[in-house]
Amino acid sequence: MSDTLLSAQDVSKDFAFGRSLLDVVKGAPIKAVHALNGVSLDVKRGETLGIVGESGCGKSTLARCLVRLHDCDGGRVVYDGTDIATLSGADRRAFNTKVQMIFQDPYSSLNPRMTVRQILSEALRVHNMRPKVEIDARIAELLDLVRLPQDAADRLPHAFSGGQRQRIGIARALAVEPEVLVADELVSALDVSVQAQVVNLLLELQDRLSLTVVFVAHDLRLVRHISHRVAVMYLGKVVEVAPTETLFKAPKHPYTQALLAAAPEVDPTRRTRRVAAKGELPSPINLPSGCLFHTRCPHAFDRCVSDVPQLTPRRPGHVAACHLPDPELP
Amino acid sequence: MTEPILSVRNLTATFGQGASALRAVNEVSFDVMPGEVLGLVGESGSGKSVTLRSLLRLLPVGGHVGGSVSWHGKDIVRMTDAELRAVRGGQISMIFQEPMTALNPVLPVRVQIEENLRAHTQLDRKGRNARAKELMDLVGIPDSARRLDEFPHQFSGGMRQRVMIAIALASDPKLLLADEPTTALDVTIQDQILNLILDLRDELAMSVVLVTHDLGVVAATCDRMAVMYAGRIVEEGDVTQVFAQPRHAYTRGLLGSIPQAGTERSMLLSIDGTPPGLAAIPQGCAFNPRCDFATDICRRTRPHLTGDGHRAACHNSDAVIAAGSPVKKALSHV
Amino acid sequence: MTVMSVSRLRRLPRAFVFGAAILIASVIVATFPSAFAPYDPLAMDYVNLLAPPSAAHPFGTDNFGRDVLSRVIHAYTIDMQIALFATLFPFIFGTIVGAIVGYVGGVTESIFGRVVDAVITFPFLVLVIAIVSVLGPGLINMYIAIGVVGWVFYARIIAAEVKVQKRLDYADAGRAMGYTHARIVFRHLLPNAITPAVVYWMTDMALAILLGSSLGYLGLGAQPPAAEWGVQIADGKNFMATAWWISVFPGFAIVLTGLGFSLLGDGLAEILRGRK
Repeated sequence: MSDTLLSAQDVSKDFAFGRSLLDVVKGAPIKAVHALNGVSLDVKRGETLGIVGESGCGKSTLARCLVRLHDCDGGRVVYDGTDIATLSGADRRAFNTKVQMIFQDPYSSLNPRMTVRQILSEALRVHNMRPKVEIDARIAELLDLVRLPQDAADRLPHAFSGGQRQRIGIARALAVEPEVLVADELVSALDVSVQAQVVNLLLELQDRLSLTVVFVAHDLRLVRHISHRVAVMYLGKVVEVAPTETLFKAPKHPYTQALLAAAPEVDPTRRTRRVAAKGELPSPINLPSGCLFHTRCPHAFDRCVSDVPQLTPRRPGHVAACHLPDPELP
Repeated sequence: MTEPILSVRNLTATFGQGASALRAVNEVSFDVMPGEVLGLVGESGSGKSVTLRSLLRLLPVGGHVGGSVSWHGKDIVRMTDAELRAVRGGQISMIFQEPMTALNPVLPVRVQIEENLRAHTQLDRKGRNARAKELMDLVGIPDSARRLDEFPHQFSGGMRQRVMIAIALASDPKLLLADEPTTALDVTIQDQILNLILDLRDELAMSVVLVTHDLGVVAATCDRMAVMYAGRIVEEGDVTQVFAQPRHAYTRGLLGSIPQAGTERSMLLSIDGTPPGLAAIPQGCAFNPRCDFATDICRRTRPHLTGDGHRAACHNSDAVIAAGSPVKKALSHV
Repeated sequence: MTVMSVSRLRRLPRAFVFGAAILIASVIVATFPSAFAPYDPLAMDYVNLLAPPSAAHPFGTDNFGRDVLSRVIHAYTIDMQIALFATLFPFIFGTIVGAIVGYVGGVTESIFGRVVDAVITFPFLVLVIAIVSVLGPGLINMYIAIGVVGWVFYARIIAAEVKVQKRLDYADAGRAMGYTHARIVFRHLLPNAITPAVVYWMTDMALAILLGSSLGYLGLGAQPPAAEWGVQIADGKNFMATAWWISVFPGFAIVLTGLGFSLLGDGLAEILRGRK
C-alpha cells in the first residue's frame, strides 16, 4: 500500500522482571510481562488512527514503540519504507522530527525548570528548524497555533492549568514540524470541559497542517469522535481494526462488542442493566492459550482455547481476530 | 409524598480561619429519597467530593462543616462524636475512588470486614464469620471462603472495589456514599461495579449518593442529579430531564463537551477557560467568565436555584433552554 | 521595587536569613581579615604571654603572646577556604558521576553501588586520616583526601534523584525530540535533581570546617604557625586549666560558622521544596 506512512509489523515487546542471583543459579525461567504480542498495524498518511483498549492492553507501549522510545523485541516499525531500528545519528534525529509524541500527564511531561520559551527554542535550535534571528517569531507563531497568549512564553510550566500545559506539549511537538503525531491519552487527565477544548484544537491543527495522528486512548467516545479508523487492543494484541463507523455500528470481535456495551451511553433513556463482560483481565505474565479473550468470551468454544485466531477480513478495511465469522451480540 | 431519608440544608465546608478561609462548599441543599441514586456531578474543584465527605463530617483537619444534614430526625452536623460514630460506617457507609489506599494493606480482608461487623452489629464470632463470607458472595467475589484470608494487594482493582463495598455493606447501611467509585477502573470493570451497586440498591433498599465527573456514569446509573460548580449546586433535577433540557449554561456546556455518536470529527461545544480556584471565585454567577450566555446581571448578582423539581441557578435559563440540549441534537442527528 | 524586595525578604524562611547573614559576615571577614584584626596574628609579644581577655586583647593572648582575636579573625581566611575547596570538587565530580550513573542504570549502577558500600564501610574520618598520612600533612593533601572520599555521597544523592526524574515524561519527551543523552541528563534532569545535593553541600561545608579543624588539631591539616581554628585549639590544649580562652574562642568561631551553614542549608531546603 502506497499510502501507508507508519506501520507496526508483528511487533512484540516484553518487560522482564529483575532476577536475583539465586534465580539465575537455579535456572529459573525469566519472568516477563508480555506487553505486546505480535502487533501489526498500518497508519495511513493524513488519517487519524484511534487505538483503544483497557489498561494493560499495550496501547501505550505500542505508542512508545512507534516513536522509538522503546525498541521492539520482535518485529519492526517501518516509517516511510525504513525500519526505524536501523536509524542512527542524523537519520534518527530526522525521524524524531517526523514522528512526534504528546504525553498523557500534563504535570510531568514538561521540564518544570524551563520556561515555555526555553522549551520551544531548544526544540527549534537543536534541529536547526529556523535561523537564530527567526526563533522568537516562530515561538510566537507556535503559541498562536495552540491558542496560548503571547505572554505565556516567559512563564514556567507550573503557572499553567492542565489544559494549557497540554497545549504547550503540542506546541513543543509541532516545533519540529512533524508529519505524524502520536498522542498517548492526550486528554484523559483533564476535566471534561477542558478535554473538549484540546480535542477541538487537535482536529483543527490536523486539518491545517495535514498531520497524521495516532490517537491512543481508553475513552471510546473520544476515539470515536476523533478517528477515521479504530484499532481495538486486548492483552498486547490487535483484535479488530475497522473504519470508525463500521467498528462502532457492527463490531465483529466479542471483546469489541463487550467494550462498546460496557461504555455508559450519554443518554439516560437508553440504559441497560446487563453486565457487558464477565471476569477480569488475565495476567499478562502468563497469557491464556489460543485466543487471549477466551477466558471472558461468551462465545468461546474448544478451538478458541487451542488455536490463535488471526486477523481476517470481514468487510472492506475491516479485520477481526475471531474464529467465528459473525458472533452475535449477546 | 415520601419523606427524604437525608435532608441537606445550607451545607458549607470551610477550610482555614478568618480572612484567608476558603469555602469549598457553599450553601448546598438537597434531599435524598429512599431507594434513589443521586448523582453529584462536577469537575475537579467543584466541591462534589467535599460535599460528600461533609455529610459525615469527614473533613481533613482545619475543615469546618456548617448548615444542617438531617438524618432520621437528627442533625449530623450537631451530633456528638459517639452518635456520629454509630452513623458513620453504620447506617451510612462510604466507598472511595482508590480502594488500595482505603483498605488497610497489612490486614487480611476478613479482619477488615469483621471489624465493621463488630462495631455495628451484635453478631458473635461465628455469626461474623458467616456474615463476612455472605457479604463477599453478595458483592460477587468468587471463591469467597479462601479469598477472605487474602490481603488487599492480592486483589485486582475491580475486586478491591468489591471488597470495599462488602465492608461498607457489613453494617446494613440505608445510605451508601460513593466517591468516584469507578474512576480508577477500566470500562468493562466499571460496568460490572456500577451494575453491582444498582443491584445492591434494589436488593437492600438503600439510597446511593454517587459522586462522579463522568456524565456517562450519571446517565447510566442515577435517578436524579445535581451539578456542582465552584462549590455550589447550579442545577438539579431528574437525570432524563436534565439531559433532555439543561437549564444552566454550565450543564449545557458539559453535555456538549462529551463527544456524541453522529457528530464525528466536528468541533465539540467546549467551554472556554478553566474552572476557577477557590481563592478566586468570580463575582456574581461563578460561571460568568466562561459563559456564552452571560449578560450584565450575571456579572453582578449571584443567581439562586429556582424552579420546582428541576431547579437551576441561571439568570438566562430561558436562553439556555432555547438553545436546546446538545445531547438531544446529537440523538436527532442519528 | 525596594518595598517589594523587603517584603520578599520577609517571606524567606528565618533560618535562611540568619544563616545567610552569618555567612556573608564570615566571607567579608575572611576576605579582609586585616581590616578587622587589631594585631598581626603572627606577632609575638613576650610581655603579654597568656594574658586573659582585657580591653586591649578582648580574647586574651596565647602562650607566644599572640592576640587570640586577631588569630581567630585571620583563621577565617583558611577555614572558609577549607569549607569551599574541600567540598567543591566532591560536589562537582559527585554530581556528574551521580547523574550519569542514575541515567544509565543497569550494570554501571551495580558497580557504583559496590563502590559506595566500600567507602561507607570505613568511618569517614579514619579514611581521610589514613589518606593524609600516606600523602603527608598539609592543606592540599587534606583537600585531596576529602575529595577522594567525599564525592561518593554527592553521587549517591544525585543518582537516586536522577533515577526518579528520568521516569517522568519530560525525559521521554526529550528522547522523542531526538535530543542527545548528554543534553537530557545535564540540561533537563540535573537541574531538577540537584536540590538535595545543594542542601547537603551546605551541611557538608560545616562538616568540612569541623574536619579541617580536627585535622589541624591532629597536625595533619593546616600547619603552625598559620592561624587556623583547629591549630589554635591544639595550641591551647596544654593551657586549658589556666588559659581557656586560647581554645574556647576558636571553638566558638567553629560553632558559629557551622551554625551559619546549617541554617542556610535548612532554609534553602525549605525554599526549594516550597517552590516545587
